[in-house]
Amino acid sequence: MKIGVYICYCGENIGRTVDCAAVAKACAELPGVVDSVDYKYMCSDPGQNIIKNAIREKGLQGVVVASCSPHMHEKTFRRACSDSGLNPFLCEIANLREHCSWVHEDVPAATRKAIDLVRMAVEKVKRNGELEPIRVPVTKRALVVGGGIAGIQAALDVANAGFEVVLVEKEPSIGGHMSQLSETFPTLDCSQCILTPRMVEVYQHPRIKLLSYSEVEKVEGFIGNFKVTIRRKARSVIEERCTGCGLCVQKCPTKKAPSEFEQGLAKRPAIYVPFPQAVPNKPVIDRNVCTHFRTGKCGICKKVCGRDAIDFEQQDQFVTEDIGAIIVATGYQLYSISKKPDDSAIKGYGEYGYGKYPDVIDGLQFERIASASGPSSGEIRRPSDQKEPKKVVFIQCVGSRDEAKGFTYCSKICCMYTAKHAMLYKHKVHDGEAYVFYMDIRAGGKMYEEFVRRAIEEDGVKYIRGRVSRIYPSGGKYIVKGEDTLAGEPIEIDADMVVLATAMIAQPNAQKLAQVLGVPYDGYGFYQEVHPKLRPVEVSTAGIFLAGACQSPKDIPEAVAMASAAASKALVLFGSDQLEREPTVAKVNEATCIGCFYCQKVCAYNAIEVKEIRDRKGNLVKTVASVNPGLCQGCGTCNATCPSKSIELLGYTDEQIFAEITALG
Amino acid sequence: MKIGYFPGCSLGGTAKEFDISLRAVMKALGVELVEIDDWSCCGASSAHASSHLLAVSLPARNLLLAGQQGLTEIVAPCAACYSRLVIAQHEVANDAGLKAKVERAIESPLPAGEIRILNVVQLFERIGPEKLQAAKRVDLAGLSIAAYYGCLLVRPHEITGFDDVEQPVIMDAILAATGARLVDWNFKTECCGGAHSISHKPIVTKLSKKILDDARQSGANVVAVACPMCHSNLDMRQVELRKEGGHQDLPVLYLTELLGLALGLGRKELGLDLHFVRLPEQAQTAPQENRA
Repeated sequence: MKIGVYICYCGENIGRTVDCAAVAKACAELPGVVDSVDYKYMCSDPGQNIIKNAIREKGLQGVVVASCSPHMHEKTFRRACSDSGLNPFLCEIANLREHCSWVHEDVPAATRKAIDLVRMAVEKVKRNGELEPIRVPVTKRALVVGGGIAGIQAALDVANAGFEVVLVEKEPSIGGHMSQLSETFPTLDCSQCILTPRMVEVYQHPRIKLLSYSEVEKVEGFIGNFKVTIRRKARSVIEERCTGCGLCVQKCPTKKAPSEFEQGLAKRPAIYVPFPQAVPNKPVIDRNVCTHFRTGKCGICKKVCGRDAIDFEQQDQFVTEDIGAIIVATGYQLYSISKKPDDSAIKGYGEYGYGKYPDVIDGLQFERIASASGPSSGEIRRPSDQKEPKKVVFIQCVGSRDEAKGFTYCSKICCMYTAKHAMLYKHKVHDGEAYVFYMDIRAGGKMYEEFVRRAIEEDGVKYIRGRVSRIYPSGGKYIVKGEDTLAGEPIEIDADMVVLATAMIAQPNAQKLAQVLGVPYDGYGFYQEVHPKLRPVEVSTAGIFLAGACQSPKDIPEAVAMASAAASKALVLFGSDQLEREPTVAKVNEATCIGCFYCQKVCAYNAIEVKEIRDRKGNLVKTVASVNPGLCQGCGTCNATCPSKSIELLGYTDEQIFAEITALG
Repeated sequence: MKIGYFPGCSLGGTAKEFDISLRAVMKALGVELVEIDDWSCCGASSAHASSHLLAVSLPARNLLLAGQQGLTEIVAPCAACYSRLVIAQHEVANDAGLKAKVERAIESPLPAGEIRILNVVQLFERIGPEKLQAAKRVDLAGLSIAAYYGCLLVRPHEITGFDDVEQPVIMDAILAATGARLVDWNFKTECCGGAHSISHKPIVTKLSKKILDDARQSGANVVAVACPMCHSNLDMRQVELRKEGGHQDLPVLYLTELLGLALGLGRKELGLDLHFVRLPEQAQTAPQENRA
């Protein structure tokens, strides 16, 4: 065997703690090593050339690079090998930085460990085999889950690039939370005015198939080759027949259901369209409220419909779509502090009386009150008596940045939207007073700080640094008791209305959907990206991308930017007809496999399939496990589980691992 | 049913009627109260303001005695005693280093098993509303009660495990057994001023006034408490409030006194004559003026 060893100083990162020259000298003596060189920056062009030239000139059969983590530069060095005609999988990395120099201080000891690490890698590379990348076909069709602004943007980007999109939205209409907003910071442009044209564009796009009032039920397959089952919930209205005339909605005698779109501030009928600009503009029957479904009587909507579009018998339907890439844009919910779920760590805010006092409302409710299309047509009225509130207190960080009662994280958008709320209030109620209780103002973003300054300086919003300890009603007012920590004094404000900037939290069913999709999630239920900086829209399951607030709290510009990023990742995938995947996957020895399928039980990626082996006459000889290389992530769990030692992980065979361990002895 | 009893200093002094009424009610319900023999001060506010070790060791000594005397559950009616006992128990259980120091201080290893420490509210929860209902003799239909929890009973939530720190309802649920109306009010857990009663009397008078005013505005004709400090502040400060003028008396009764009335016990048996503001005779059974 002819093995080359290349020791990198990584500037001072390795060189400070490991005597690289000594390592190179010691490694030159290892059996099979014909070349052992140390160099300041092995990943640089001259560094790579040392390796490339050695492969050509010395006819190397294996290369060990002793440098940083393989996460960092394994690809770089393997490419260098392959440029010189050596199979890239004959290159191994010994991690002298993260596993050695960064975690030790003693130079002689670290140097000894470095030599051990290289010796292990040398013994491993001697047993490496040549591997070829796996190629799989790509279905050039994207699924977008969630029809808020992030999902809309992602769907339009992919569709405008020439590929088909299936957009699934669980609510009767697309538009998401953005459709509920009055005006948006920092420009105060009307939310509906900028959103609804996009919604219509989605609806009319020849390459977008919109499935509203639908949910993803099952995802099978793998990157480029997903098979997705979607549940189309029974709308009780035949979409193809309905023209959206609205007669059924007008005539429905049940008008007492709280409107989801109006955040409970107004009522809607049992058959309803969430809001007038809904897309699709087709109603849905709320079967829990509808008299027909509760008592079997009524049926007025069916009688008045000129198109015979009402179908009380409709059932949930399932459709299956072939998909190449999935963009998840399921968004967020506001933390409702009045209801604390039994299974969560939320302690609630009983002292604020939200859900108990009608005029203590949350941010989305204020959006509806301030919206021109809202229950009071944009006039600021408090819910209890429809009077114009003359003194409004806004409280930031309710549930956010509060380990004791809510969540540790910052919801990020509340500083901005609270400034906007206070500003909108002052614009509409000139003689009104607006107070904001804050912890500190986080207004990072283009024109954001300027926006907050404008609220304070031009619109005269009074900012008080401190927390509120209690809100209680007294004589038609709400006494807000808090502390002004700058003045060092307790403060009491007799407000007419209180707006709580409650935390943005993950959707209640986020974890369930994550399990269906195979997407990892964090302790809060937000979806987990692969790398917080360098791979922010990818997840560890290949072919699935994230957009918007399902990953963490985000404002509209961020959600839109992330959606376009996710779309571009999907388009990268669609750019080639075949996909190359790492060949380091599990492989079954069919001769020794006993067909116990323990491997199938432990595989987290559903990559193990049942294969029947038949003789020439077609008689079944035995059933064995078989690995789908498109799905296998090379984790090795099956390898460790197999009782008959019939599964090997290519590139990490038992022989290779044992050789490494033996080299240590 | 046998329950260990840690009266603490208040129940022999300012809160004598709490002790009297608790013993009377327990007797009526057939619960045996066993006073911990040789109990000592819990340390209350002075110990934990001066020495952490002392603040934990004093309650630990009492828990040790209870354990040695075969008591598995004890009731500490005073909210400060209760707070000190549960906090000491919690701290010792979660800090092996502190436990060793405490054991050195009290010159004995602490028993392994945990003693269940109850305040009066939890004691009645333990006894059960069914039993109270069954023993009820008088319907207190004339009373509208504002149940006042104060600060110490409910906090810290991790240790006391009360239903809700800000909007607790479990005392209300127990008092509902008396047949009285429970009012929904704002200051269930608001601070009464506590021990400032001695050093900053005007502050306590002001805070007590706010609590009493809100209770009255919410429709209460009596306030129920489960803490001697709360009681002395809310009851005694009304003397000053009378002098200020414009004040209308609002009787403040211990939870045990109200339950005692419902069990048919006499006013003297419950120590009702020891308050500054007396509950008017027959008030409890008189029909309410407006049961809105």
